[in-house]
Amino acid sequence: MSNIKSAFKNGKAFIGFLTAGDPDLKTTKECIIAMAEAGADLIQIGIPFSDPIAEGSVIQNSNIRALISATHIENIFETLKSVRTKTDIPVVFHTYINPVFNYGYEAFFKDCNNTNVGGIIIPDLPFEEKKEIQQYTDKYNIDIISLIAPTSVSRIRTIAMDAEGFVYIVLSRGTTKVGNEIITEVESIVKLVKEVTQIPVAIGFGINTPEQAKYFSQIADGVIVGSSIVKIVEKYGKDSPEYVYDYVQKMKKAIS
Amino acid sequence: MNKTKFGQFGGQYVPEILMTEIINLEKTYEQLKNDEKFNQDLNDLLRNYAGRPSLLYYAKNMTEDLGGAKIYLKREDLNHTGSHKINNVLGQALMAKYMGKKRVIAETGAGQHGVATATAAALLGLECEIFMGREDTIRQSLNVYRMELLGAKVHTVMTGTQTLKDAVNEAMREWALRTDDTFYVLGSVMGPHPFPTIVRDFQSVISKEARAQILELENRLPDVVMACVGGGSNAMGAFYNFINDNDVRLIGCEAAGLGIDTDKHAATVTKGKPGIFHGMKSIFCQDKYGQISPVYSISAGLDYPGIGPEHAYLHQTGRAEYVAVTDDEAVNAFEYLSRTEGIIPAIESAHAIAHALKIVPEMDKDKIVIICLSGRGDKDAALIAKYRGRIINE
Repeated sequence: MSNIKSAFKNGKAFIGFLTAGDPDLKTTKECIIAMAEAGADLIQIGIPFSDPIAEGSVIQNSNIRALISATHIENIFETLKSVRTKTDIPVVFHTYINPVFNYGYEAFFKDCNNTNVGGIIIPDLPFEEKKEIQQYTDKYNIDIISLIAPTSVSRIRTIAMDAEGFVYIVLSRGTTKVGNEIITEVESIVKLVKEVTQIPVAIGFGINTPEQAKYFSQIADGVIVGSSIVKIVEKYGKDSPEYVYDYVQKMKKAIS
Repeated sequence: MNKTKFGQFGGQYVPEILMTEIINLEKTYEQLKNDEKFNQDLNDLLRNYAGRPSLLYYAKNMTEDLGGAKIYLKREDLNHTGSHKINNVLGQALMAKYMGKKRVIAETGAGQHGVATATAAALLGLECEIFMGREDTIRQSLNVYRMELLGAKVHTVMTGTQTLKDAVNEAMREWALRTDDTFYVLGSVMGPHPFPTIVRDFQSVISKEARAQILELENRLPDVVMACVGGGSNAMGAFYNFINDNDVRLIGCEAAGLGIDTDKHAATVTKGKPGIFHGMKSIFCQDKYGQISPVYSISAGLDYPGIGPEHAYLHQTGRAEYVAVTDDEAVNAFEYLSRTEGIIPAIESAHAIAHALKIVPEMDKDKIVIICLSGRGDKDAALIAKYRGRIINE
């Protein structure tokens, strides 16, 4: 059991995403600390990849900025070590399988354990390929966070039954459904997941405003906000920590 | 062996949002590949629309000029739309029809796969959208016009290196948005299972025919079968029915661009290392951190940083060899074949011709080499003219 569980003990969880190294690792460190102080319950740190095929343009561009500033797994771990002297906020990584494969699974998950990273989200590692890393995540006590999409349908139960940490429900960026249709769809997915697992459920898909966060927090155990935070970092660059702080504080308040 | 893999290579490394559709595709293909009506329909299209079987042509002039092994060209350039791509596209577009899909999407590098997909879509009454890197829309602008003429919408991909890799990224993103009515016609033996198997099966008609044709013509199997390799679909098709013939050497020719000692190449097997990308575990050009490298080749069709997983497996087991051919060697071969045989090869296929120019003179006259001439070179004429310093209007 990782420290992810504690993220869901303080009411509804606010989970914020940042791409490590956007625009540089010093700013990332300050943003992580700012988010923790503003009341975020868990931080999802993106390890940049050259070809993030599951991301929209906002996060694609932040990956490019991070790579330009020479961000890679080694210096992200270095940054986390120094973050850990300031905060013990639960952290999960969000990345693609190739940089992790290249670093070496054993070394990677060992370093995750050393820096108190509780879980990993890998969009291009679906349920069928989890065995690729499972023996290492088990050994070092890292949760593989499972993603569930509206298209998962008959796969929802299977995935949820085997899920660790929390279940991440992600709706398609291009979903043709609107308003109440989305709500109904999400509610039915959450219900299915809850039937087979005790672990928390978080929802993420274009949640931008406090009103949206409040709404979705009523359906699930937590909300995940990605592009809105990345947009702040894009806009304010090295000056972004204070703006990120204000935004996260507002969002956490809305779901409390 | 895991059914989604070739040894350790292959697999289904795609976002969850695509998994249901990929499993649906896998099941559908398992049914259709043995379905009598589907096979009848496909064979009818291959024969009466694509113009199969393609010729196995004895290249007499080239053979005499090189003074070594006898050279046969498998003339995929003579297919409708001018390359081997139509073999796969007719198969997949027909699958799309059988699955009740209304729309097909595809990535394209040189534009040959895009043109073939747009063609099949026009024939079968499917909506068609093609993703093509900006760089490639410039160097293959004629193919962009062809696709539009055929009724397809061409999306210019502005992300990343603006070439084939990025076109695949965008096609996958688009597919994730709309799997319900959309079929992704993948152009090479790559991507997540079942694509490498589907594309290989549809392309294996090349070696099925070539094997029968050479037995008919020479009453024996060839000593060498060679083909160019980007993702590797024409090579996989040309190799497949010879894999169990252990005495037949299989050689894949990848793009060395400006040279494998420069950073301007697409020589995946020669310079790459194992990785996981675009849905598959295979071999990729990547940096020391596992970031996918920008690659380069004069040939838009070979300008891809990976290779199909079955090729990675054939390389690992030693069953096939992979060599790298530079832009300069390919351009020379492009001109050589045009002059010697009156056949203008695609610049992609010219990579295989170039390697033949190196090895055939060293072989005995009683040996036989089959080269897969994957496409015709009309599309490349302006580009090669420019390479030689001559600007012509297309």
